[in-house]
Order: sequence, then C-alpha cells, then structure tokens
Amino acid sequence: MQFIKSRLNYLFGSTKGLILVAIAMIAVVTATWGMLSGPMAEMGVREVVIKLLGMDIVQSEREGRIIILYHSIAMAVVAIETYMVTGLLKMKEFYKMAVRVLITVGYILTMVFGMGFAYFGRNWAFHGLYITGLSLIFFAGVLLCIALWPWNPEYYITDKDYARTKKGVDLERVAFFTAAVTTVISALFGAVPGSFFGNGFETFLAENVIRLPHKTTMEYSIIGHLHIMLALIAIMLTLIIGRWLNFKGAWHKVAMPLMILGCIVLNLGVWGVVTPLEPVAHMIIYVGATPSMLAALFLLIWSWGKFAKEGTAHITKPTFLQKLGAMVSDPLKFGPTWQMLFMNFTTSGIGIFMAIRLDEIFRMWPAREERIELTGHWHALSAIIATIILMYYGDMLGLKGKVRQIYGWSLIFLSDIALGAVTVFEMKRLFIDEATQQPLVNTLMYMIDFGLGMLLVLLAVVMVWRLTDLFKPKGRWTEETTHELAQEVTK
Amino acid sequence: MKRLFFTLSLLTALLASCAPVDLNAPIPAFDTGIDPTSWAQVPAGEFYFGQHEDIETTDAYEIMITDVTAQQYADFLNAALTDGTLKIEGDSVLGYYPGDPFHGVKHELEIKAGDWQYIPLNDPAQRIEFDGTSFTVQPGYENHPMTSVTWFGAWGYCEYYDYRLPTEAEWVKAARGEDERPFPWGDEILRENANFYSSRDPFEDMSSFGSRTSPVGFYNGNAYDGYQTLDSASPYGLYDMAGNVWQWVGDVQPQEGFSDRFMKGGSKDTYDMDLRIWVRNSAPPMYFSPGVGFRCVR
Repeated sequence: MQFIKSRLNYLFGSTKGLILVAIAMIAVVTATWGMLSGPMAEMGVREVVIKLLGMDIVQSEREGRIIILYHSIAMAVVAIETYMVTGLLKMKEFYKMAVRVLITVGYILTMVFGMGFAYFGRNWAFHGLYITGLSLIFFAGVLLCIALWPWNPEYYITDKDYARTKKGVDLERVAFFTAAVTTVISALFGAVPGSFFGNGFETFLAENVIRLPHKTTMEYSIIGHLHIMLALIAIMLTLIIGRWLNFKGAWHKVAMPLMILGCIVLNLGVWGVVTPLEPVAHMIIYVGATPSMLAALFLLIWSWGKFAKEGTAHITKPTFLQKLGAMVSDPLKFGPTWQMLFMNFTTSGIGIFMAIRLDEIFRMWPAREERIELTGHWHALSAIIATIILMYYGDMLGLKGKVRQIYGWSLIFLSDIALGAVTVFEMKRLFIDEATQQPLVNTLMYMIDFGLGMLLVLLAVVMVWRLTDLFKPKGRWTEETTHELAQEVTK
Repeated sequence: MKRLFFTLSLLTALLASCAPVDLNAPIPAFDTGIDPTSWAQVPAGEFYFGQHEDIETTDAYEIMITDVTAQQYADFLNAALTDGTLKIEGDSVLGYYPGDPFHGVKHELEIKAGDWQYIPLNDPAQRIEFDGTSFTVQPGYENHPMTSVTWFGAWGYCEYYDYRLPTEAEWVKAARGEDERPFPWGDEILRENANFYSSRDPFEDMSSFGSRTSPVGFYNGNAYDGYQTLDSASPYGLYDMAGNVWQWVGDVQPQEGFSDRFMKGGSKDTYDMDLRIWVRNSAPPMYFSPGVGFRCVR
C-alpha cells in the first residue's frame, strides 16, 4: 500500500509528477489517434486501430470528434503550463493546491470522457463529464488569476534587475496575470458558441468556412477563440521560459511592458471580431502581436548573449565561433528560444505572407489548398509549443552530459525537419503544379513522418524510463517529489 | 562514414523529389459498360442538404449519370469552334460568359462579361489536343472525365447543349437521395468504392505521377483485370459522385460577394473525408486542375 501511496503522492502531489502524468497522457493520445490519419490511414493502420479499440466512427461526426480530440490535448497542455506557473511563481499554498486539484481533475475528465464520448459511442453522460472537466479547468483559471494578483505588496520586488514599477509591482507577474485573465475571458469565446453548435453535434471546423464572406457572430467567435487560445498558450510559455532562465536586466525591463501591452491589444482585437469592430479587428491583432513578438525576441537576444558570455567567461578574448559554440552548448536552454525563432518561418512568416498576398495568390487556389496552409500553420505552432515544453521538462529531469545533448538536439533537429517540410508542403503550389507534385510530396511526407515519428519514439523512451524509475524504491522520482521549479531557476 | 551515409541518403531523397514525372505514361484502358450519354431522373421533393439534417427542396430535373467525358468535351469543342461559338487565342480556348453581379465585397473578384478561358491547351495535364484545326483526345482518356477545364468551360459546355450546371442543392440530392448517407452508396467507404488519394486503383502510381482519373462509371461492381470494384452508384444511379474528380456546380454568388464557385464530391487527389457529400471545395471560376470536372442537368 505504501508503495502505491508514495508513487501517487509523487505523481499527483508534486510539480514534476503532475507534469509527467500530463505528458504521458498526451503521448498516449497523440500516438494512438495519430494512427487514424495521414500515412497511417493510407497504409490501412487506421482500420486496424478502429477495430482493435472498438471505436465507433460516424462520418458526419468527424468535425466534432476532432474538436474534442484537440481540446483534450490542449487542456493537458494548459494544465502543464499551470503546473509550471504555480511551481515558478510565489503564491499562497491554498491557491496553489486548489488550482492544481481543479485543473488536474478537469483535464483528466476532459480527456477521458471527451474521447470516450467522441470515439466510443455517443454516451451523453460522458459528454456531461467532458463539459464538467472543461468547467473545472475554467474555475482553476479564475483561481489562478486571483492567486497571481500582482498588486499584493507581498509580491512586490525590490531587485532593480527586474521590470517593476516605482512602487515595486513585479511587471513579470503582471504579464503572467494578464495572460491568465485574458485566457479565462477568451475561453468564453469558445464556450458560448461551443454550447450553441455542440447542441446536437452541429459543429464545424473554422478552416472550412474561412472563404465565406458572411459569417455569423458565433462563427466569428469560434475563429477568434481558436486563434487567441493558441496565441495565449504561446505567450504564457514564453513567460515561463523567461522565468526558468531568470530573464532580467535591461531587456527584461523593455520586454515585460511590451508583453503586457501586446497581450491586451491582441485580445482586444480578437474579442473585436464579434463586435462592430470586426472590419478592423485584424489590424488591431497585428498591432497587438508585434509587441508580444518583440518581447519574445528580446528574451532570445538576452538569453543567447548570456549563454555566449557565460560559456566563454574563462577565455580572455573569445572569438565569434567560441561565442557561438558556447551559445549552443546546452540544447535544452538554447532550444526554446531557437524554436521561437524557427516559428517565424513555419507559422508567423507564413501567416503574414498569406495575409499580404491573399487575393493575388492564395485566393486564386482552391479552398482546399488554403485549408492545408491554415491547418498546417497551427499544427506547426502546436508542435513547436510541445517541443519547448519537452525541452524544459528535460531540464527538470536533470538530464546531463551526452544524454542531455542527444535529447535536446534530437528535439530541435527532428521537429525542425518535420516542420520545415510541413512549411514547404503548405507552400508547394508556389513552385510546383498539381500534376507533377507527387515525388516532392512523397519526400516531404517522409521527412514529416520521420521527424514526428522519431520525436514520438524519443518521447516513448523517456516515458518508459520514467515508468521503470517508478518501480525503484530510491528512483529519481523520490528526489523530484520535494523539488520545486522555483528552486531550480537559473542563477 | 556515418556522416557520408547520412549525406548520401539525404541527397538521394532530395534527388528523388526532383525526379521528372511522365504525365503521358501508358494508362490501362477499360470499357466500364456505363453510357456517359444517359441521364437519371431526380423527382421533386425534400432531401437532406448538409451535414446536420438541414432539409431543402428541389424541383424535378434530369442529371447526367456520369461526368462529362474528355471525348464528349472534344466533340463540343469541335462543334463550337466550327460554328464560331469559341475561339482560340494563344494557348487558350476562349468562350463568352455574361459576367457575375459585383458587390465590391472584400476579397470579391470582379467577373465581367466577356471572353474567358474555357480550357488551357498548354497545361501539361491537359488530355485534349489541338492540331490547328480540330480537337482530339489523348488515346486512353476518351472515357475519362474531362479535366483541366475552368468553371467557364463547364458552364459553356452545358449552355451549348441547352443544359446547365447543377446547383449545389441539386448535386447533393442526386448524390444522396432522400436519406442522410454520407456517401452516394451508403455509410462507409472502402478503397473499392471510389478513386481517391492512395486508393490503390489500377490507374495510380504513388511513387511517380500519383493518382490519375479512372474511366467514368468504373466503380460499378465489375472486375477489371482482376481488380474488383464495388457498385457505388447513388440512389438515382449516378456514378462517380464521390471521388475521381471534383465537380463544378453552378451557383453564382450563393452569398453576396462570394465570387468562388463550389466544387463537390472530392477527387482522386483527396482523402476519403473530402468525398463525403456535404463537403465543399471552392475556387475562382478561372481555376482549372487535372482533378476537376463537371456534369450537367436539364
């Protein structure tokens, strides 16, 4: 009994244990449901999986199933970020505990019963529990906002290296608070139309209505919701990475106000799509996205400079190559900001290019091609977010030496190969016609499948290692039970 | 050694992706026994239109039981060229279209009255050949659906014979009948039901040219050189209402400012999910592709 109790205490009572459970849940869902589409479907694996697991696949419910699938994964990611925030930032123990309990129960209910409802027969009791899970996550978000309240003197800071007001209000905490509050509000933009369309499973995918010039308020709300939630997950992760790396100094002082401003304006733009401001909402969104992305750029500049400086501290006059070597010497710390930079090629760059040349190029193509670009670019952003989380998780595990190098560089190379290929695939019509594209498509598919497949293998190896570790009386898990992320912030 | 192996593998993969594709590779010829000149009667009445049990109504009409074939289109081109309905300009066959209403909505294309391209003659995937005087079909493709045809070209064909393109509603009803089925033949899809991406039909080679069209009416339950198909006709006896080629439908400005034209049915180049009856694709009317064709109603 003690054996199980101590393990459960680790898995559900410690930050690292909670993160491990959520990553494992995502890994299982991704690996299983990844076999239902793309090349796996072509090879006939989908039919085997459906039969083996007894799935009930109704053609007209595909869109609804997919929405529940990615909400299930997204909620686990939101939970991971919440564990990180509550582990990194000071807050009252009651709030920390309450937020974690609510969000853990919430995402597990969402995932288990959501997927049960979507893929294993329409059991409406399961649907109710899925909604209950989402509601608990919402309440966890509200509590997190209260816990993060930055104008409590208890959380004021005196260290002048960090962005703060004259009174001492911690602007980084304000940025976390802003991201949390806007996330909770933006969740409503999905919840309300979700209830409307979900009634009778009458739902739709945003990419399928994108070209219709007249959309209902509910449709705009859904489109706004999916964009802003992913953007907010990315913003929150950028703040988390900054805290982990102990972002400070002049760049921090500029970046945090920009992050706060960007987050607010970005949200106002997205919320504006359901108001008479809709015609100018995109412009507001661009205005909001710019300071947020600048803040991320400043984190990158600061961190790369820091790695280069610290790694060459022992050399009197380091050369450029020595500095570069030092900068990339730790893939787990260099990786997150590199991925943020790489994101500009796979997501932001593509999005901006599409927006600029929409009428001249992209709207001349069939809607299906545009759908490939739209779904491709947010899949790429989601994958980048996942790799950044896995990089931080690798550091949490205390990976050292060669294993740290292999793990870190594998995450970078494998994901970048796959996502680079996805980007070329999305844009292929710019340089190859439909009739002659197949060999190129095949090569890109091999690259995508190789990159993503090997990433999943890497994740599986880590999960198996962690599982076997749990059976050891004095495994690594015993050390992780008491360690808190705040204690491990880079000095 | 490891690095050399890795570099060579990468180079091989990249070179393979640049390999030229023989668009004129021999294609198996099969007579499906389905007559592309025949029509099906669709009665007036209610039917389920979309994905979610929306009910709509149509009047009675007749619809072609197959897509218009390349041979039928070549015959049209020859007749219309002779009587001056069409003209050749550069590498294009042009015909008159009276234009769309224009509302100046964001992203709306202005389609003015005038001569528009019906088909391109220089498209490498074009199966119609022009020798300066008459149009012929590339051997082997006579009973395949006409492709690389713009919406104007599809509209022009139907108009020429006093037919018209089906509305989206008419197309859906013809494909589905009066129940809620997702596919013309029923609830599930197998590889032997239709020509879709990687469906392993006798016409595709995914290592080279990829998917190609199949003769109209191919999926009728017959066996072709050992390849057994399933009878995949719609309730009114229409073939290829899912897969093979997307089909242009006739709706103009279904929403004010929407200048695209809808395409229905999925194609040889799409996954099975796009073959579901309610799925829409759309493109500007000047778009053409080796995966897009049409049929007419009257």
